[in-house]
Amino acid sequence: MNHSVTEPSRLQKWVAGILVVGYALVTIMPLAWIIATGFKSPADAIAYPPKLVYEPTLEGYVNLFTTRSRATPETLAQLGPPQTWYDAIVRQYDMVISGPSRYGERFLNSVVIGFGSTFLSIFLGTLAAYAFSRFRVPLKDDLMFFILSTRMMPPIAVAIPIFLMFRQLGLSDTHLGMILLYTAVNLSLSVWLLKGFIDEIPVEYEEAALIDGYTRFQAFYKVVLPQATTGIASTAIFCLIFAWNEYAFAVLLTSGTAQTAPPFIPTIIGVGKDWPAVAAGATLFLVPVMVFTILLRKHLLRGITFGAVRK
Amino acid sequence: MTNDNTSRDPATAPAGLRRRIAGLSDRTLAFVFIVPTILLLLAINIFPLIWTIRLSLTNYRANRANEEIEWVGLRNYQRILTDPDIWNSMQATAHFLIWTLVLQVLIGFSLAYLINKKFRGNDLWTTIIVLPMMLSPAVVGNFWTFLYQPQIGLFNYVVAFVSGVDPASFSMIGDVRLAPWSIVIVDTWMWTPFVMLICLAGLRSIPDYIYEAAEVDRASRWRQFWTITIPMVLPFLMLAVLFRGIENFKMFDLVVQLTGGGPGSVTELTSINLKREAFEKWRTGYSSAYAIILFVTVFGLASIYVKALNKVKER
Repeated sequence: MNHSVTEPSRLQKWVAGILVVGYALVTIMPLAWIIATGFKSPADAIAYPPKLVYEPTLEGYVNLFTTRSRATPETLAQLGPPQTWYDAIVRQYDMVISGPSRYGERFLNSVVIGFGSTFLSIFLGTLAAYAFSRFRVPLKDDLMFFILSTRMMPPIAVAIPIFLMFRQLGLSDTHLGMILLYTAVNLSLSVWLLKGFIDEIPVEYEEAALIDGYTRFQAFYKVVLPQATTGIASTAIFCLIFAWNEYAFAVLLTSGTAQTAPPFIPTIIGVGKDWPAVAAGATLFLVPVMVFTILLRKHLLRGITFGAVRK
Repeated sequence: MTNDNTSRDPATAPAGLRRRIAGLSDRTLAFVFIVPTILLLLAINIFPLIWTIRLSLTNYRANRANEEIEWVGLRNYQRILTDPDIWNSMQATAHFLIWTLVLQVLIGFSLAYLINKKFRGNDLWTTIIVLPMMLSPAVVGNFWTFLYQPQIGLFNYVVAFVSGVDPASFSMIGDVRLAPWSIVIVDTWMWTPFVMLICLAGLRSIPDYIYEAAEVDRASRWRQFWTITIPMVLPFLMLAVLFRGIENFKMFDLVVQLTGGGPGSVTELTSINLKREAFEKWRTGYSSAYAIILFVTVFGLASIYVKALNKVKER
């Protein structure tokens, strides 16, 4: 039998593989460099030529989580030998740890706002998507387009009135304000993606449930929702990644209590040009997303194109 | 997907009282399910947009909230369209937009074409290429300023290693001529995978039998590429360009962290310029008009483009 003409030859596969792997290796270099810099000492980080082999240290991480102050030799002598390993690291530079830094708080804010807004946009999005998928809704196409069009708005264009509105309502720099804002931004994506997933679930299941005496709400809750779990999960990941990465609104609307990590991490650098601490902060913030992406690649990659092509 | 739900409406079906209360009618349910979403979008998207339009007709300044607000009509719009600074940002944006699109389309399509050769392990390598676009542009952009340092930066070192120039002799973000390219490079690094994924979806949507038929007709591989592959992927590619175009027109986070608009204002894209007017100079009314102009521009360009896209699809 004639071998399929569309199957690439072995040579083609080899050449393609080598080129793609080469590109991939170049493309992850900056990311690998972030992770590597996090484990360097400040002197190694700015060495010339850039150091590939170095003695790893946790200095960057200690500096990331603490604030330090310089101590006179007398105070250092009074304090006696360092009590912990992180004390020991700081003492090398004649410094003492004076307290925790704000990184932990900012990271926690990102977690709370990220998960909070993801939960809300999935909750509202699933309800709306189900209604759009199954019921006769007046002006359905117009409403769907309206929902989509909210995504085309540049964030800066609506930032001014949102800034004023939040100031008026006391929502500036609050977790609730940011959760509501990110929910609104993510809703268009979640409604559109979820409607696609729910459309694929056969109506017959619900009809059978209705005949068995379920109410419409029970049919939705007990029959449709379990079937849509995969779709809901991959939509949730997109919403979470958006909220996790968002910067423009965060930098304009938060400054203290509710500030998330993206506007905070660049400020770690300070006057001392402490690149290992910045890299450590970036690593802790970026690595969860990288791991997620690699583990869930099947659903994610499908989701990106699915969402785009459908629109 | 509409079916005759109304005929099985539990409220009208002969059933016990309990069930009638628990089971809302389909109409009520649809209403209850959709209204919260619409309300939230109205409150956080549409209402602010209308407010922006209103503000754009005034001389309001948000840092002096108690001052009397004066209506200035269309004067803000007139001033913006004649402001050389703003035309300067528009030019910077155009340079950024055109070059990122060109590079991302070329590299993205080539990668998708190669990945579609289905070599072993291609899905893992695809995922690795996709990594940059999943990460926070602000955090990554900030770190790129370190890679771009003269002498000690990894980027300068690699360029020097390959080309033989002195790594301390050029500064990507400090030099007026290089800075516009520094943002193009990082954006291309970050977003090429997006174009690649969409092209890949396009390539995979081409059914095998078309190539088999072409083979029967003895069309050369070269000819097959230009008469089958390219036209079939084109709608997908154009869609990817639309999304990247809209996103890069709005570009803020990556470039703010990379160059902050500098040196001088050579990389001051419109969003950065707008942020400066609105939240540093506090010219709220003026910048609202600016925001509306940008919004109308995106919307206008996008709709013209979508029309062209639909024509391509019809063919």
